[in-house]
Amino acid sequence: MPSPTSNEPIIRFDRVNKSFGDLNVLNGLSFDIAPAERVTLIGPSGSGKTTILRLLMTLEHITPVKHPEENGGVMWVEGEPFSHMDKGGKLVVANERHLRQARQKIGMVFQQFNLFPNMTVMRNVTEAQVHTLKRSKDEAAAKAKELLDLVGLSDKVDNYPSQLSGGQQQRVAIARALAMDPDILLLDEVTSALDPELVADVLGVLRDVASSTNITMLIVTHEMGFARDVSDRIMMFDKGVIVEEGAPEAMFGDPREERTQDFLRAVRSE
Amino acid sequence: MQEWNNETVVEIFPAIWDGFLVVLQVTLVAGIIAVLLGLLVAIGERSGPPWLKRVLSGFFQFIRNTPLLVQVLFVWTATSLYINPEWTAFAVGSAVLGVHYASYTSESYRAGIEAIPKGQWEAATALSLPTHRVWGAIILPQMLRRSTAAVANWVIAMFKEVPTLFAIGVLEMIAQAQKYQGQNYTGVVEGYTIAGILFLAASYPVAVAARRLENRLAKSHF
Repeated sequence: MPSPTSNEPIIRFDRVNKSFGDLNVLNGLSFDIAPAERVTLIGPSGSGKTTILRLLMTLEHITPVKHPEENGGVMWVEGEPFSHMDKGGKLVVANERHLRQARQKIGMVFQQFNLFPNMTVMRNVTEAQVHTLKRSKDEAAAKAKELLDLVGLSDKVDNYPSQLSGGQQQRVAIARALAMDPDILLLDEVTSALDPELVADVLGVLRDVASSTNITMLIVTHEMGFARDVSDRIMMFDKGVIVEEGAPEAMFGDPREERTQDFLRAVRSE
Repeated sequence: MQEWNNETVVEIFPAIWDGFLVVLQVTLVAGIIAVLLGLLVAIGERSGPPWLKRVLSGFFQFIRNTPLLVQVLFVWTATSLYINPEWTAFAVGSAVLGVHYASYTSESYRAGIEAIPKGQWEAATALSLPTHRVWGAIILPQMLRRSTAAVANWVIAMFKEVPTLFAIGVLEMIAQAQKYQGQNYTGVVEGYTIAGILFLAASYPVAVAARRLENRLAKSHF
């Protein structure tokens, strides 16, 4: 049974399966992510990229296999079973309590921002700090101010999301995720819902975050320039398997696989 | 044929007014039941264990698909025969009316909950918010904005159905008119007319207020 230690990958997918009904999205997928590594997942729609992020955020659950100790089908985070939990030396599918605890190491920024519309910007960023992390209101507010400053929105603390542009909302969402001090940040097509002129601001903020922190990042994006700039590694997915992976220079400059070449050509011509 | 008589109007009015106050009291009690029970049912149907969802769904389907009058008579008879004959018609009638209308308010709440984008639940999960905050701070405020006007309309509809409780002897306006007629052999036309006017006088402003509330909520920031 693979049992990563704390020196090992921060994320390990060990022969993970995920099906939606009859549709197999991930079929025995394995990969490791090192601490502080920035990895961008690319590939056509339906290739399983977003499913990987959603599994890590526990918004979806893996399709379990029998005897995970031998057969895998387990996600590991920071050396601990994540999709499963240890029960008397055996791995059993995690219950909600385990997942609630485990996912606190992980933050996610969504394509549609998903800010809480009934809360001000400040409350969006403090709500989970106070009620999940049990920080005091003052401490949470101080942290929120610091992060809203980082994303350039310190003058919007009392606004509601509906009073902000899409780009501003997404920057609040980034501040909200960072306020939880995640070890791992998942970015799911964070600029796809934005008007083109607003994309640069959001990517600028994320570049700052990437350069000023050690947060491990898993990124799904069609912004290839951004992927090239911030990533340590690019993984090309198709039909739930990794077609090719490597450093951004190699992947974007000289991809070996035909499917990668076709995909990059299609994205560049958009 | 009985002719309209202004003196009868003056004479019958206090009794009809008493009946009107009873209608308001029933509406208050049944309204509280309908508003709160409907909310609990909608939450239970959304996030309760599967057995609870099945029980709630089956029970309230049954309530929605049988006439209120039958429910009132059945529960009144059953409670007086088998549970406690001391329970008043007011208490039993208000409870039945409240539960009956909870079956409708729960549907309005459910629609309000379902209209909330999936991303709100997902963001709450991603932030590991405790369940009571997810409901109390995120889902309910957004749901209430969508459901309040519909629920208010159900309460107005319920108000107009209070005379059904006449069947079990609750002395609301219709019962008062009939009682007066039983004693004086006149006054039923005047009594019903006053009852109708009082119903209109009470429900119209509430309906207008509900409409205004709906518009105001629609213009709020979220």
